[in-house]
Amino acid sequence: MPTVEATYVEPVRRMSANGWATLVIFLPPALLLFTVFVALPMAEAAWYGFYNWDGYNRPEKFIGLKNYGYLIGNATFTRSLINNGLIIVVSLLVQLPLALGVAMMVAGRIAGAAVFRMIFFLPYVLADVAAGLIWRFMFDGGYGLPSVITGALGLAPYYLLADKNWAFSAVLIVVLWKYFGFHMMLYVAGLQGIDKSLLEAAEMDGATAFQRFRHITLPLLGPMIRLSVFFSVVGALQLFDIIVPLTGGGPFETTNTMVSYLYYFGITRMRVGFGSAVGVVLFLICVTFAFGYRRLFMRDD
Amino acid sequence: MKLRHLAFFTVGLAALIVPALADTTVTVLHVSDNPDQKAVWEKIANDYNATHKGVKVELKYLENEAFKAKLPTMLQSSDRPDLFYSWSGGVMHAQDKAGFLKDITADVASVESEMSPTAVDAFKVDGKVVGVPFEVGEVAFYYNKKLFEKAGVKAEDIKSWDDFLDAVKKLKAAGVTPISVGAGEKWPMHFYYSYLVIRIGGEHALADAKAGKDGGFKNATFVEAGKRLRELAALEPFQPGYLSTSHTQSSGIFGDGKAAMDLMGQWLLQMQGPNSASGKGLPEEDIGILSFPIVPGGKGKATDTLGGVNGWLVTKTAPPEAVDFLKFFSQPKYAQEAAAHGGYIPVVKGSEAYITDPLVKRLADDLAKTTYHQNFFDQDLGPSVGRVINDVSVSVAAGEMTPEAAAAAIQDAFDQQ
Repeated sequence: MPTVEATYVEPVRRMSANGWATLVIFLPPALLLFTVFVALPMAEAAWYGFYNWDGYNRPEKFIGLKNYGYLIGNATFTRSLINNGLIIVVSLLVQLPLALGVAMMVAGRIAGAAVFRMIFFLPYVLADVAAGLIWRFMFDGGYGLPSVITGALGLAPYYLLADKNWAFSAVLIVVLWKYFGFHMMLYVAGLQGIDKSLLEAAEMDGATAFQRFRHITLPLLGPMIRLSVFFSVVGALQLFDIIVPLTGGGPFETTNTMVSYLYYFGITRMRVGFGSAVGVVLFLICVTFAFGYRRLFMRDD
Repeated sequence: MKLRHLAFFTVGLAALIVPALADTTVTVLHVSDNPDQKAVWEKIANDYNATHKGVKVELKYLENEAFKAKLPTMLQSSDRPDLFYSWSGGVMHAQDKAGFLKDITADVASVESEMSPTAVDAFKVDGKVVGVPFEVGEVAFYYNKKLFEKAGVKAEDIKSWDDFLDAVKKLKAAGVTPISVGAGEKWPMHFYYSYLVIRIGGEHALADAKAGKDGGFKNATFVEAGKRLRELAALEPFQPGYLSTSHTQSSGIFGDGKAAMDLMGQWLLQMQGPNSASGKGLPEEDIGILSFPIVPGGKGKATDTLGGVNGWLVTKTAPPEAVDFLKFFSQPKYAQEAAAHGGYIPVVKGSEAYITDPLVKRLADDLAKTTYHQNFFDQDLGPSVGRVINDVSVSVAAGEMTPEAAAAAIQDAFDQQ
């Protein structure tokens, strides 16, 4: 009996010792990095959010939830939220279908496809700030794109970036232009991973081009589409670098996103407590979306 | 081999020891974009390094917005500069309250006696000196003489706000864009609002508002200033698309002769050339300077000036050499050199005689004769209220906000800080 017990217990004990060794060696560095660079700053931001603090010394003026109170009903912040929503809508309804369409065209082994893939991908490689600056010149009513049109039609120059009703469409155009190539590349990769024989078999069975797309390509591209939607939304929520050089949030604060709102109303005004509160709200929205989306849509991927 | 080892070791050791023995480094952090000004500063630093063995003064540059955003963190780290650029005002008070600034009252008394008292006072907190000014400036209308002539406007006839509005109307009628303004960055528009406030309410206007007298910022002066600003903007005097124009672009528009006036600080003179399409801008003789007009019934005088006062603040942990360099920097001979070549107006008395540029000279004369000098509102009030003033100036001008709502927004921001 004792021998049986021993042979039964030993493997278990050895396994757990191995597990512990792995845990002791590999967990602390990761945990330390995560704590110092992720968890602590977040906890700190949450703590600052309860203070009226200008960034100097330690926060002292505790004001409870007032910073969050300022956000409720604040027209500029609401507008920033709406703008973030608009970017998401345009990304999902315009950018992704367009990227998929172009990807279908350039994914095949046609002559010149690689060149077009590269051309469409180029804007994504460009730094966001540079893109914003370039488009600021492009939208200028005096010498940019609108001036070509107004000049040809003999109209007065039109300054899109100074028009409070339409300036945000400039941001949307740049976002579309800039990130479309990235999503196209995702789809190209997905398309190239699809087994050709499936499509050929369907064709032999008499499936039309649309039927092949609808019943073979699209389902097999599912994981890639779900990933691309995820990137789109998270990217849209965090959009910042393009806004600053392009519009600076203006005119009349109509083109801010949540992050540029945080920057202009928290950091540049040295209201670090208030900015932290905005950061916490942004964080909650992002985390809720990320976890919710992964649970609902990306379970099987 | 052995010898080579020894030599290698010795050199290595020397490399470690020498800087440690020799150099007390004094870092000076600034935001100046003016190449002439930087050249003068570099020269002063080099002179100091050459004559003071064991001390090394290093000038470091940060872009304006980056400087403002980074400074609070820098001051709390061990990377803090020893001397740094300041506009005095609200930010300086916050820095002092947080205990980052050194009290240098006794150290710099000798150099400060040579300086303009208003500039010196700007760097005092509760009577204690925390910094030394180096330049003063004035915001004024720069105008294009040829465009004025074309529209039949005589600058010397513009004395009151109504004269000014008439001039704007005449320029418009002659097909000239009367004013170029970089309202995309907002602060250029706040010059109009601030000047109107001090012309209407006089020298106590801002102090009274801060003290909460007669409703604080909601008082009649601020509301009236907003109304006057809207009255001007309603004539549509600004270049098309002014809401998205930066101040750099605006200076180029003026330099290209596409607008007759620009209300700006003295730096416009260095900016209008490089930012114009030709790269040359207007020749100096075609530019005139016009003081901000008086508002009938207002308490302010035509000789009250609005403009910045810039100086150096000393951080608490700065070595004694930093203060020593500051005194070296403030010598009259360097102020005279700056006046002659630096493209700015030094605060050392008598240095204005060395100014060669007639336009800068005119500003220096205004400042010498000033009846009251007001620091920029956005600097005076600090970043949180200051930026609100900038925002509402643009909104009021564009008719997006009523003068009453604007005044209330400033008061709200003031209460929240």
